[in-house]
Amino acid sequence: MDPTTLQVVWFLLICVLWTGYLLLEGFDFGVGTLLRVLGRDVHERRALLQTFGPVWDGNEVWLLVAGGATFAAFPEWYATMFSGFYLAFLVLLVALILRNVGVEFWAKDEDGRWKSAWEWAIVGGSAVPAVLLGVAWANLAHGIPLSADHEYAGTFWTLINPYALLGGVTTLALFCAHGTHFLGLRTHGVMRDRAAAAARVLSPAAAALVAVFAIWTVADQSPVEPISVVLLAIAVLAAGGAVARSRARAEAWAFGLSSLAIVGLFAALFVWQFPNALTSTDPATSLTLHAASSTPYTLKVMTFVAVALVPFVLLYQGWTYWVFRRRIGAEDFRPGATPLDALGRGSRG
Amino acid sequence: MHALELARWQFAITTVYHFFFVPVSIGMSAWVAICQTAYVRTGKPVYDRMARFWGKLFLIVFALGVATGIVQEFQFGMNWSTYSRYVGDIFGAPLAMEGLLAFFVESTFLGLWIFGRDRLSPRLHLACIWMVALGTLASAYFILAANSWMQHPVGYVIDPVSGHAHLTSIWKVLTNSTALLAIPHTILAAWATAGMVVAAVCAWHLRRPGADVPVFGRSLRMVIPIILGATLATSLVGHFQAELLVKQQPMKMAAAEALFHTQSHAPLSLFATGDWTPNPQRTNVDVQAGGLLSLVATGSTSGTVKGINDLNATYRARYGPGEYAPIVAVTYWSFRAMIGAGSLLIALTALALWKLRGDGLVRHRLLLWLMVPAVALPFISNSAGWIFTEMGRQPWIVQGLLRTSDAVSPTVSATSIWLSMLGFTALYGVLAVVGLRLFGRTVRTGLEPEPPPPAAPEPEREPVLVY
Repeated sequence: MDPTTLQVVWFLLICVLWTGYLLLEGFDFGVGTLLRVLGRDVHERRALLQTFGPVWDGNEVWLLVAGGATFAAFPEWYATMFSGFYLAFLVLLVALILRNVGVEFWAKDEDGRWKSAWEWAIVGGSAVPAVLLGVAWANLAHGIPLSADHEYAGTFWTLINPYALLGGVTTLALFCAHGTHFLGLRTHGVMRDRAAAAARVLSPAAAALVAVFAIWTVADQSPVEPISVVLLAIAVLAAGGAVARSRARAEAWAFGLSSLAIVGLFAALFVWQFPNALTSTDPATSLTLHAASSTPYTLKVMTFVAVALVPFVLLYQGWTYWVFRRRIGAEDFRPGATPLDALGRGSRG
Repeated sequence: MHALELARWQFAITTVYHFFFVPVSIGMSAWVAICQTAYVRTGKPVYDRMARFWGKLFLIVFALGVATGIVQEFQFGMNWSTYSRYVGDIFGAPLAMEGLLAFFVESTFLGLWIFGRDRLSPRLHLACIWMVALGTLASAYFILAANSWMQHPVGYVIDPVSGHAHLTSIWKVLTNSTALLAIPHTILAAWATAGMVVAAVCAWHLRRPGADVPVFGRSLRMVIPIILGATLATSLVGHFQAELLVKQQPMKMAAAEALFHTQSHAPLSLFATGDWTPNPQRTNVDVQAGGLLSLVATGSTSGTVKGINDLNATYRARYGPGEYAPIVAVTYWSFRAMIGAGSLLIALTALALWKLRGDGLVRHRLLLWLMVPAVALPFISNSAGWIFTEMGRQPWIVQGLLRTSDAVSPTVSATSIWLSMLGFTALYGVLAVVGLRLFGRTVRTGLEPEPPPPAAPEPEREPVLVY
């Protein structure tokens, strides 16, 4: 059965929440993954962490709300997906917990071992979700084995297939490149130059992977989804454009284009998935949005809530980015030049 | 162990652990906001130092609360997929509202508060911490509305085709009588908990020579009445909850009192033992206070209170054969641990308030010495309260509608749950050690020194070699 208008609205909203999450946490993950590469000493790493320090927690809430919205609007989708991808989600949750605590605790002690332990937690806790989210969404778009009563019929290893792994590598590269473009906007001085140098390597790699993944995705579709193909083309062009603009040091353009690449890529996967909440490898057992959905009453209630609240969320989150628009550099954190300053700092730790 | 027991253990471990941080975050955000408001209004540096110091401790706790909270959002789907399918139409709505209304506010304004000190005006910066405090309250409201629906389902019908519960009135869910009492009960207890954390830190410092009496003495004098008032109010709300419980979940109340036989003039049990089995069907020893349970539950000492055995018979007739009593000993003792720890807290803070007149408390070393370990009391009370609420509802996951044994994910193997339970337990254990040590170190470091008067302009930065 075709989904109702409200069901389509909620599918779109959940897609927006997921895409928003990937777009925003994409650069958090990118900067986190590259923390020890781009930051050579403690001051540089402090600067890197502060580029997303005020905003990462708000960015992560997009994931929680995407989860909650899926639960409210499509309980069957929520139930099958999270019980089916059990171990993958376990790893994702552990990684996110480590990253979260790392970001918050890193600055709270000056001890070298403390700092390096949490740095590794941040690196792993950023890179692992970057890979896993790509693997998960590639699988979801391609289709997973479902039983007739819409339970997941595969295992953890079913999810580890070449197409999904390519998806994971693609999102990792894309998020890392996205992170370097973000740093191009948020840092100055040596950090900004180093981000540009990293972008020179990462951005082309991301663009190449997006292109290969896009081709594989189209080849995998039968029948081919025209809108999905257009979106994939946009993603490839945007990723390519980001390469060119970042070479020209047009950082705002590069960041905008890598954002567009992420949006295009995931939108293409969502279009492919539609009108299923979960596509099955056997078309007869796919879980349609219609079958997965809550009642019209619940969807209506939630629509009122979303319409009333989402604009405010966007406003105050947007305002946060405006408040913290000033560029940051390692120089801002280097100890003062006078020995008295240095002594003062040393004794406080 | 089977998947069912493992999934229950995992939920218990992750949720009780998460709830160590939640009440402190709720109470501490308001406390920091109060200190900072005092600073903005009076301009006295002591309040600024207080806001900064308590703010540091608040952030450590909040970070752990956020990190462990992510698991909660997804655990329903991972371990309890049948439950999620059954209640999704109702339960998902408050969860999504919590995210949209509370989590976004908390996380965004906390980021602004931490990093925005120099970027925002003092009043705007103050508004940010108040927004965080309001966000934590909104979060408590929605999650307790969701939980209350599991205790006392309202505003739903059972769909004849799917057999799932469908929402008919969101208003009824959000104004559930159970929730309207559970919410103040939990929030007041959260204030008492955070207050006691503050009090214990103050007491620890005041015992030491050269303690910063202006700050810690002032903080302590401010929080003691808050703790006492909040704990007393929690008990008062708890009393009304007990009255409601007799009507809505009589089995839970009967198990809380180990009352096996229906009786009028029902006594309040003080100490009871029974056979070593989930439902012993009778007590072996029971020290009682006559008529008091009837008084509490019905408003009259001669009122009739239903017993476990009779309720079991009624439920068997209604729902079919089976055991409808929770594990009586757990329900009975968790109820007593909750009330006992709360009562000790009342006694201690009442005594402290008595000694507080003048500078008495600062010199009362025994009382200060007692206040440090007493920080455990609210945590014991909170955890016992939740264990009572959730264990006392068994065998139901949704009272009268869905059994816990029918709610687990059918596709998730015991091995998977073992992995996740051990994984989370180990991770949470490490975080507990690291978090507590960081908390302890921050407490020991104490307040930042009084800032020097801003007389001299910042000296020119010159190369080190000049000196």
